[in-house]
Amino acid sequence: MFIPSTLIALLGVGGGLSLLVSTGVGVWGMTNTVFWGWDITNFVFWIGIGHAGTLISAILFLTRQNWRTSINRAAEAMTIFAVCCAGIFPAFHVGRVWMAWFLAPIPNANAIWQNFKSPLLWDVFAVSTYFTVSLIFWFLGMVPDLATIRDRAKPGLRKMLYGIFALGWRGGNRQWSHYEMAYLLLAALSTPLVLSVHSVVSFDFATSVVPGWHTTIFPPYFVAGAVFGGFAMVLTIMIPARAIYGLHDMITMKHIENMAKIILLTGTIVGYAYLMELFVAFYSGAIYEMEAFKYRITGPYWWAYLAMMSCNVISPQVFWFKKCRENLWVIMAVSMAVNVGMWFERFVIIVTTLARMWLPGDWKYYTASPFEIILFVGTIGMFLMLFLLFLKFLPCINIAEVKWTLRESDPHFDDLNDHPDDGTVKIPAYQAELPETTDKGTTV
Amino acid sequence: MSTTRKKVYGYLAEFKSASALYKAAEKVRDAGFTKWDCYSSYPIHGLDKAMGLKRSILPYLVFFGGMTGTITAFLLAYTTQVVIYPTVVQAKPTNFFTLPAFFPIMFELTILFSGFTTLFGLLGLMKLPRYNHPLFASKQFERATDDGFFIALEARDPKFSATGTKEFLAEIGGSSIELIEEEPA
Repeated sequence: MFIPSTLIALLGVGGGLSLLVSTGVGVWGMTNTVFWGWDITNFVFWIGIGHAGTLISAILFLTRQNWRTSINRAAEAMTIFAVCCAGIFPAFHVGRVWMAWFLAPIPNANAIWQNFKSPLLWDVFAVSTYFTVSLIFWFLGMVPDLATIRDRAKPGLRKMLYGIFALGWRGGNRQWSHYEMAYLLLAALSTPLVLSVHSVVSFDFATSVVPGWHTTIFPPYFVAGAVFGGFAMVLTIMIPARAIYGLHDMITMKHIENMAKIILLTGTIVGYAYLMELFVAFYSGAIYEMEAFKYRITGPYWWAYLAMMSCNVISPQVFWFKKCRENLWVIMAVSMAVNVGMWFERFVIIVTTLARMWLPGDWKYYTASPFEIILFVGTIGMFLMLFLLFLKFLPCINIAEVKWTLRESDPHFDDLNDHPDDGTVKIPAYQAELPETTDKGTTV
Repeated sequence: MSTTRKKVYGYLAEFKSASALYKAAEKVRDAGFTKWDCYSSYPIHGLDKAMGLKRSILPYLVFFGGMTGTITAFLLAYTTQVVIYPTVVQAKPTNFFTLPAFFPIMFELTILFSGFTTLFGLLGLMKLPRYNHPLFASKQFERATDDGFFIALEARDPKFSATGTKEFLAEIGGSSIELIEEEPA
């Protein structure tokens, strides 16, 4: 699994990019009018994938959803790797990649500064902030667990390396006290951040005066879609990881069912957004807006629209049934469908709009070149490779937080259970909502 | 033959459960110790209070870090777009009323600076990173990040005494009490 994904990553990302850099952006299938094709589609796709990780780690933390504990680490890792994949596309889309430093807020040789009023520059700030803060959140969350590995490793290189990354963590309560505050702060910072990132991505489209893009529904629609697609990706990689590593007691069916419910909820929001977009186009009375949507549904890209609708809106509806939320094969199939559907959503938004802009002279049918496809496949390989490395070398379940959810972790556990003659285990009220394990408990 | 004199770091004692650690922490606090810490592999609910710790000051640091980010972004955007090199793009104004267009970047830099302040502020408050620590010399202390619960009372505490502290730790329920020495300088 690791070797094929590494090979795909090397061939796709390494090979695809070398050809692109040595030859020019012309190797992609983009034309004079369709400047944004697979590259920007893939960028939005990967950035969207990342959002579920932050949602799980930050928003579910703030809302005290204890079930997030066993999946947050892997989901955060997924965020980081997805953003790594996303970053490749806009950086190389600029054409002369050695000029990518033009994106940074420093004046160029002619002392001209970036346009701070442009959504594209907002995007640079949003995505780089998102990556940095997610990395800090992920790393800080891992420090106590790295210390656990350090203390269990035999002396040698392994112990030294984990020791360096564990920063000398000792687990003293004076450290935990600040640490918990830092974790809470990062969760509180990441929550608005994650909502802002995909909103800013949607501004790239919404602030332009192009029929099909110029709508106010875009920010919430993009954020809901990102969470939707991200959860599908979490399930796509966690279900196999759970089976291979035997994590059935950590990632229980309750976790999977909860994620399926979130997919149902966000999928329905996305479906609502698709329909509302059509309604607004009709209600606006603007003929260009109406034509843009008519072209999307019935034009030469009808197949993409159909794929988007059936994968994103119809397929998650099976999760209304508990039987489907409990069947891993159904969940896996729906997750794969959503992954595909969300890619097509971005393709529909970007390509069908650009292929039919204001002037008939601009009209063009866009097809991706093999090199665009290879690069995209390469990023999938890269994503899997990074994720497999993560599973191999880093704690894929948050050890410290899982310990915290055990009943014995409570400082009053012994007091409540001083006389366990009748065999019952008493649980403090704040832990009562945790999933039942084997022992029967009574809430006090 | 030469003898090396080692400095004493303090006493380390193990406790059997989170509950035992919590109760012992209350007793150590009431006995008036100040240079000591409880070690566990996960944060124990309410232990801050049992140890008499104040709320972390990190949020105040992060607030100022975040504000620095907002101001930096505003100055960066305003100076470059309005003062040094006003470029009219898409007929948008180049004066103070351009402000709304700067909001996204002001927001992002607020978060970015807050994130960095959280990271470096936390490391500063925890006095980390440091690669070694006298406690790491203890074999049993390896379990502090696994399933052990420990209290270490430091020798630099004014209440510390060579014999009294050891007895005190035994009295409050500590076991495997160990004298920890610092590495010779």
